[in-house]
Amino acid sequence: MILGGRDTDLVLLDKNGIRCDGRKIDEPRRIMIKAGVLKNADGSAYIEFGDNKIIAGVFGPRDVHPKHIADTDTGILRCRYHMSPFSVTERKNPAPSRREIEISKVLKEALLPAVMLEQFPRTVVDVFLEVLQADGGSRCAALAAASVALADAGIPMRDMVSSIAAGKVADTIILDVNNEEDQAGQADMPVGYMPNLEKITLVQLDGILTQDEYKKCLETAIGGCKLVYEIQKKALTDKFFSNGGSA
Amino acid sequence: MENAKRKYVIPGDVITTAPFRPEQNVILDGKRIIATVVGTSEIYDDSVRVIPLAGKYSPKINDLIIGKVVSHSSLSWELDINSCYVGFLPAQDVFGRDFSAHANELTSKLKKGDLVVARIANSDRSRDPLLTVSDRELGKIESGELVKISPSKVPRLIGKRGTMIQTIETATGAIITIGQNGWIVVSCENRNGLLKAIKAIQMVDEQAHIANLTDRVKLMLESSGE
Repeated sequence: MILGGRDTDLVLLDKNGIRCDGRKIDEPRRIMIKAGVLKNADGSAYIEFGDNKIIAGVFGPRDVHPKHIADTDTGILRCRYHMSPFSVTERKNPAPSRREIEISKVLKEALLPAVMLEQFPRTVVDVFLEVLQADGGSRCAALAAASVALADAGIPMRDMVSSIAAGKVADTIILDVNNEEDQAGQADMPVGYMPNLEKITLVQLDGILTQDEYKKCLETAIGGCKLVYEIQKKALTDKFFSNGGSA
Repeated sequence: MENAKRKYVIPGDVITTAPFRPEQNVILDGKRIIATVVGTSEIYDDSVRVIPLAGKYSPKINDLIIGKVVSHSSLSWELDINSCYVGFLPAQDVFGRDFSAHANELTSKLKKGDLVVARIANSDRSRDPLLTVSDRELGKIESGELVKISPSKVPRLIGKRGTMIQTIETATGAIITIGQNGWIVVSCENRNGLLKAIKAIQMVDEQAHIANLTDRVKLMLESSGE
């Protein structure tokens, strides 16, 4: 991981069940989402997820260039996750790293089941995710922002995609793994979830869990996704329905 | 429309579980009818639909639209019609059936950047929408101001049986051509009337979800006038 050196004597979980940043085991970090922050993109969103700050911009459906990658049966989805050089303590080379290419791919695949691309043959939907400031769990934050930006662009979706990570530190299953817990913890599991259809679109797991722990971890993450969903919902409601209420 | 049950929805919201007919922008998941876009859901009679608040124009046959010429080949023009596809306007449509690629220069009739009122002649999944200008009120727009609004708010701008647009036209003396794709051309002799008409159109775009909008627009037009 790119982020700086680690405290070796960090207490990840004290005897009162309080984590290194003062949260309880099932408490997510502060999450704030704002929809429609960019003028030139068709849809956009800004998310603050703990110390993560990410902007998502969506274009499309639009003409595909280069033309040969267009599909005559359906639209295609392209996704670019990128970390700004200033998003981490040590300057990050802006060229796409192996990690960014992987995250771009998994995020694309996490959004695909939701986006109804079959309505737009021969077109492309582009999703750009720019990490301005990184903390642990930026892929989950990026996924949540991407889904709000897609809805903001008016692209038909079967459901929103909500996302949060769960993990294991000090032999305990916790919700929303932060950077310290990701570095020193025992497992990290990002989950993408469609809350109304009750379907999972993304599961990754870094670390070792027993079968029971795995189940518990997934349940914790799904519970967290439902919290994120409420915040996504609020972001869209605020943008589209705030002036004038239900008149 | 009067007895439609309306609700604000975002993608994934369950609108109803009753056995209704799913129409635009909804999907059926088992018994549940789910919205797929941000907008207003409407239930009337036995059908459910969502009127979107965002998104691009999706071409429908027979729609009157306004397009902007972006390029041409020796046989056709391509028009930006505020959709995810470009509009395809064949040269025969403008020059007549005796069109010849050698004798006729396409730029003599329509140049890049020109605005055109057209009708969608054909549109299906496999090809770009085909446009036509062979009708009386169709063709190149010579003068006027282009205003862009969200395509989903076009019905609101027209109003019930055209009340909204009539209100604006009579109050300002402007002539307004509305394209279903959300592009509108306003032309008016009087400069003040032009500005007022544009302001009214933008007001409809911003406040489309508010009730009694026709009265509000009327008030605005009267207050800032004279």
